Amino acid sequence: MKIFKLIFKNALRHKLRTSLTIFGIAIAVIAYGLLRTVVTIWDSSIDAAGADRLITRQAVSFIFPLPLAYKTKIESVSGVKEVCGAAWFGGTYKDKSNFFARMAIDDNYFDLYPEFMVSKNDLDKYKKERNGCIVGKSIADQYKFKVGDIIVLDGDIFPGRWEFVVSGIYLPKNKNTDATQMLFHWDYLNERIKQETPVRGDQVFWYIVKIDNTNNSAQISEQIDALFKNSTAETKTETEKAFTQGFVSASGAIITAMNFMSFAIIGIIMLVLANTMVMSARERTREYAVFKTLGFSAYHLTGLILGESMLISCIGAGIGIFLLYPIVSGFEQVMPKGFFPFFFIEPITIILAASSALLIGVLASIFPIQRALHTKIVDGFRFVG
Amino acid sequence: MSVIIQIKNVSKSYWRNSLEIPVLHDLTLNVKEGEFLALMGPSGSGKTTLLNLIAGIDRPSKGELNVAGTDIAKLNESGLAKWRSASVGFVFQFYNLIPVLTAFENVELPLLLTKLSKSERRKHVENVLSIVGLGDRIHHYPKQLSGGQEQRVAIARAIVTDPVILVADEPTGDLDKTSAQEILTLMERLNKEFKKTIVMVTHDPHAAEKATRLLHLEKGDLV
Ligand SMILES: Nc1ncnc2c1ncn2[C@@H]1O[C@H](COP(=O)(O)OP(=O)(O)OP(=O)(O)O)[C@@H](O)[C@H]1O
Ligand SMILES: [Mg+2]
Repeated sequence: MKIFKLIFKNALRHKLRTSLTIFGIAIAVIAYGLLRTVVTIWDSSIDAAGADRLITRQAVSFIFPLPLAYKTKIESVSGVKEVCGAAWFGGTYKDKSNFFARMAIDDNYFDLYPEFMVSKNDLDKYKKERNGCIVGKSIADQYKFKVGDIIVLDGDIFPGRWEFVVSGIYLPKNKNTDATQMLFHWDYLNERIKQETPVRGDQVFWYIVKIDNTNNSAQISEQIDALFKNSTAETKTETEKAFTQGFVSASGAIITAMNFMSFAIIGIIMLVLANTMVMSARERTREYAVFKTLGFSAYHLTGLILGESMLISCIGAGIGIFLLYPIVSGFEQVMPKGFFPFFFIEPITIILAASSALLIGVLASIFPIQRALHTKIVDGFRFVG
Repeated sequence: MSVIIQIKNVSKSYWRNSLEIPVLHDLTLNVKEGEFLALMGPSGSGKTTLLNLIAGIDRPSKGELNVAGTDIAKLNESGLAKWRSASVGFVFQFYNLIPVLTAFENVELPLLLTKLSKSERRKHVENVLSIVGLGDRIHHYPKQLSGGQEQRVAIARAIVTDPVILVADEPTGDLDKTSAQEILTLMERLNKEFKKTIVMVTHDPHAAEKATRLLHLEKGDLV
């Protein structure tokens, strides 16, 4: 008979209570894991923004276009290496629920976004095909796009039926690289718009500006904006990261709330377990007096109580973490397609959940241990539940 | 025969909300090795308190206390715990067995603090369980045993480390007549055959008859 056996037997004394506690911890760990997964995805999509890229858009809102003529002016600013225009296309692919980014871009786009990896072959092909497009690996897999396929979009910002041919597929370089974009020639868009609605011709929605030194981003941004001061289309230039953050600022508040809640959940698990441990230890007051009478030390009693607390928290957390994977992938499936550009459980989420469980196991046992150690033997025997 | 329990001018008070509750006053008592002492007295007279002092699970407020060759009033907590595990065995009115452990495991508990190997422990446990007549109930849990059987397991647990002194607080208080008789016979045998010095608190005059000496405690004084 070893102390482990006794810890097990103690934990199994109130099977229902222990199971409910384990179940509660498992659910909390799952909730924690889901929240953290969303939060880390969020953070990493912001982190994915290139530090050496600025975005120049209309000061009022990025839904208003900028003239094509700005491009050469921006290129003239010192510290600017390359400029690429882009236009948000919107539109619908077959069904409204098929959501993925569709953008018209200048041909140097892939120079500015080295994390979008396109083979030389595909890129050459794309440059030759007037209505060619390059799609991300994720959507290529999801919609079974392959090179040579025709994709038809129903335009809204740019009305009409638009036909594209898949010239290539880009691969994401990093885990947090968005592989759900469809990119095509801005020239193809512009030519047709110029014919149909001439006033909307020669316009982009924003410029992506590659700079040579990330330390100068603020200064370069100011210089670019100064160029267009008092014009009809004043600009606002900021880092891609700030742009992404601003783009999602409303949702940012939700993320902050989620972040907070994920930690509140840890607190709740602790209370659940602490409650169980306090109840158990209280019921065993006499037994602890017996152990002490027989010569068992504070060290033994601590081991007994701490061990049980850790056992319950670890089993609960283990079950939670085990179930987190299928639940996250189930969650991904029910989310609108393309809502999150990527969905994965960061190892840090698991590490945080597991270490929280250990910590909680320790914290929850502090009060009952103290009580067991400080109760005098004679008082322990006189204790009536 | 030599004196094994020497209590000299011992007083004990409890404190409740800064109010002193005197229980034992200036009590002096010697118990010789091999004695079977019965303590009787009305409820609240301090019998349990005296027993707890002898067994080293409580401390006197004043006085000297030499038990089994050790001045136990001077020991610190861990020293006292070590002394207890080596020198005294305890039997309580309500058995105080650990409900999730079998008879075997309950009796084995005190041996876990010794250096004995697993097989040596097994030998000792089986030996004492057969002394108390429970050789066939080794793997039963307390709730599968009768009160008398539970008390016999408790006695086995008290003697498994072979202590010189056995203290028992109303060991038959919760038992029917027959079971009580069996327990008393067992105590008597432990005293006579195994030479244990026994101090037993009881309310039962029949129980007291088994003892070699009888003392009455009245409001904290021996009479
Ligand atoms: N731990 C304690 N704290 C406070 N008072 C106590 C404590 N233990 C005993 N007392 C008080 O000391 C007095 C003597 O108690 P004790 O338990 O020694 O009596 P007893 O003779 O064993 O009685 P009984 O026959 O009912 O078991 C009682 O008044 C009791 O309330
Ligand atoms: Mg008593």
